[in-house]
Amino acid sequence: MVERRPLLTALSHVVLILGVLVVAFPLYLTFVASTHTVSEIVQAPMPLLPGTHMVENYTAAWNGTGGGNGSKAPVGQMMMVSLVTALIIALGKIAISLLSAFAIVYFRFPFRMFFFWAIFITLMLPVEVRILPTYKVVSDLGMLNSYAGLTVPLIASATATFLFRQFFLTVPEELVEAARMDGAGPMRFFKDVLVPLSTTSIAALFVIQFIYGWNQYLWPLLVTTNENMYPVVIGIKRMISGGDAQTEWSVVMATALLAMIPPALVVMLMQKWFVKGLVDTEK
Amino acid sequence: MEKRVVFRSSWLPWVLIAPQVVVIVVFFFWPAAQALLQSVQQSDAFGTSVEWVGMDNFRNLWNDPTYLASFYTTAVFSTLVAVLGISISLMLAVFADRIVKGALVYKTLLIWPYAVAPAVAGVLWLFMFAPSVGVVSYWLRAFGVDWNHLLKGDQAMTLVIMAAVWKQISYNFLFFLAGLQSIPKSLIEAAAIDGARPWRRFWTIVFPLLSPTTFFLLVINIVYAFFDTFGIIDAATQGGPGKDTSILVYKVYYDGFKAMDLGGSAAQSVVLMVIVVVLTVVQFRFVEKKVNY
Repeated sequence: MVERRPLLTALSHVVLILGVLVVAFPLYLTFVASTHTVSEIVQAPMPLLPGTHMVENYTAAWNGTGGGNGSKAPVGQMMMVSLVTALIIALGKIAISLLSAFAIVYFRFPFRMFFFWAIFITLMLPVEVRILPTYKVVSDLGMLNSYAGLTVPLIASATATFLFRQFFLTVPEELVEAARMDGAGPMRFFKDVLVPLSTTSIAALFVIQFIYGWNQYLWPLLVTTNENMYPVVIGIKRMISGGDAQTEWSVVMATALLAMIPPALVVMLMQKWFVKGLVDTEK
Repeated sequence: MEKRVVFRSSWLPWVLIAPQVVVIVVFFFWPAAQALLQSVQQSDAFGTSVEWVGMDNFRNLWNDPTYLASFYTTAVFSTLVAVLGISISLMLAVFADRIVKGALVYKTLLIWPYAVAPAVAGVLWLFMFAPSVGVVSYWLRAFGVDWNHLLKGDQAMTLVIMAAVWKQISYNFLFFLAGLQSIPKSLIEAAAIDGARPWRRFWTIVFPLLSPTTFFLLVINIVYAFFDTFGIIDAATQGGPGKDTSILVYKVYYDGFKAMDLGGSAAQSVVLMVIVVVLTVVQFRFVEKKVNY
């Protein structure tokens, strides 16, 4: 702070508190709605203080025993699908990007830069611009309604490959020389030197890619038709059906809150990695 | 900068790079080539005959008023999302940058919406504004605003814009805060000694120095509004009422999977690819410039 201006500081706090309140209001309302019965919510205006039906709403959501017309897949199982999907996507992206960056930086082979640019160009081909043909490929390969179908098409990562390549280029040459002198082969060098050096980048990428995997929507919407394979984000959408009044809002909101908890915890608890990951992946 | 010391092996690099290459060929390049091919073909509803039609699919798109309307909708949507998102987060970041005590608390409380899935964000905002059960729509009615986004297109648009901005504020906020913290304090102090008050300092020093960040965020926010808001729209309005919130990405999905118009959807995919390429090139040219700067 350059100079003392108590009024301006007070104003700053007021603006930030207002900002936090506005940002948090939808979350608060979700929580309140998840603690009331449907009939209490439907009666406009719904109460703004938490009610007493929290336990039964969450149990109903978790076991899939709520009323309403929409899908009744149990949230416990959907969260499991989301968790497995997000973990496979995050770890898979990191693994294959580490390997390809290692190949591109530490070896000389024909078409090396061609492969690098081919990987890089996939940045310009998000799922949204090629949905129908990609869907066709996945269905021809018989990967609909499977973890493979949910994850493998999303596992390539231009940003991660690019990031690891940039990082490997800054690793001192002496390390390779020393490793070779000690008789270490390429994979030994990769495992014992490069990967340990990359831990911070790996952690940062993991946070970003876990959230990316957990929050996928369009792709799972296409490849999952079976309730057993719904990730929780899809499950919420499928619970809302018909008009406002027929939706079991209390259970939907309990589900929404449960679906938000894992990625939000990852962001808040791993804030340092998260910020680093955001900044790194956009470079 | 290439490595001088490398490992020698004729097969290992191919094995290492194989997984990534297989995935991008099977799930990226092959489908993208299919989209290009289908965009110049026309197949009937049963897929029994395929006919070469050249540019007809594209010509049909340009003559299709609903497609042009979707372009217009996307332009309005992404402009408003980018401008509102950037202004609000800039304001929050400038105030947060001033604060010494409790800055981390504000930061933590402002960044979590990044973790919320777009579709879940759509559901949360839908719930607040649902015409019959929503709290906010009830308050609005008390103020004489007849809120029903199921019938009124501009209200539906307002709803998805609010949800999209809400989700993106955290991202912009973090980048603005980092940008503000990298401005040398000496510049601000010099201006203060010369008698410039905070308002003036902001517009003559801080804002111009932030312009690379602002431009970068502008591109990122437009990409976000174009491609990452599908979940918000599908959950909150499903492109309705009518086609009033049907942005380009939603229309590709709808025409391809619901209306089963293969050629038309492929042509739309190709148009989207061109847009992505342009946005990516703009983004990278800019990043290079920032490095030189």
